[in-house]
Amino acid sequence: MDTNGVDGLGLLGDPTRRAIFELLARHPRTVGELAQHLPITRSAVSQHLRVLKDGGLVVSKAEGTRRIYRLNPDGVTALRAYLDRVWEEALTAFGKAAHVAPVDPEQEDQ
Amino acid sequence: MSSTPTIPPLTGTITVDVPVDQAFRTFTSAFGSWWPAEYHIGQADMATAVLEPREGGRWYEQGADGSECDWGQVLAWEPPHRLVVTWQINGQWQYDPDPEHASEIEVRFRADGPDQTTVELEHRHLDRLVDGQALRDGITGGGGWPSLLELFAKAATNQA
Repeated sequence: MDTNGVDGLGLLGDPTRRAIFELLARHPRTVGELAQHLPITRSAVSQHLRVLKDGGLVVSKAEGTRRIYRLNPDGVTALRAYLDRVWEEALTAFGKAAHVAPVDPEQEDQ
Repeated sequence: MSSTPTIPPLTGTITVDVPVDQAFRTFTSAFGSWWPAEYHIGQADMATAVLEPREGGRWYEQGADGSECDWGQVLAWEPPHRLVVTWQINGQWQYDPDPEHASEIEVRFRADGPDQTTVELEHRHLDRLVDGQALRDGITGGGGWPSLLELFAKAATNQA
């Protein structure tokens, strides 16, 4: 689909950024922790995080010498983008289940 | 302020080649069989999720350790054509028991024919989840639903 400029949903069209977003949705992490879960360098992770921050999906906070990234908890954009992803996967899974579910209690009674 | 911006609802549509009652039953009584297990809020891994088949029913997940976490409740139970539930999981990915912070999901099941059903989903009142505090985001419309339809077309083809 077309997105005019860079909005929150458009940002997640990139698979790596989406992966980072979903990792942060589980719990806050540092760049290093994110890189452990992804096949890219810390530097590349940092670049994606910068884009996500600029788009309002992610915020960061310094804790001692570490910088912790998390989803923007006040961000409607982040929440809506995440739920959009949830429903996309959920409805797809539902469609598959509906087709493969021959279970019909009423017919079983016949 | 003279105007209050609202967050556009999320919408989605999927067409399945099954009768409307089977579509409704799959969506509701078999909810735990298809909901993606990675989308849960409990500390424990999710064993299943339950949508109780009645108005006022609970919608919740059960963890592998037996724990339960609420997601929302059933507002309208009209088999096999309509279902409305609340979604009370906020931006911190936690259950918010305050009904004033409850978003709503309406699901409509329309029989296109004896063996085909269109399911329309709307997730609305998202602003309630964030207590209206974050409208400065200036979010506009849009969504990932076209890609959903592509995924569904693939899934349906695979099932054929």
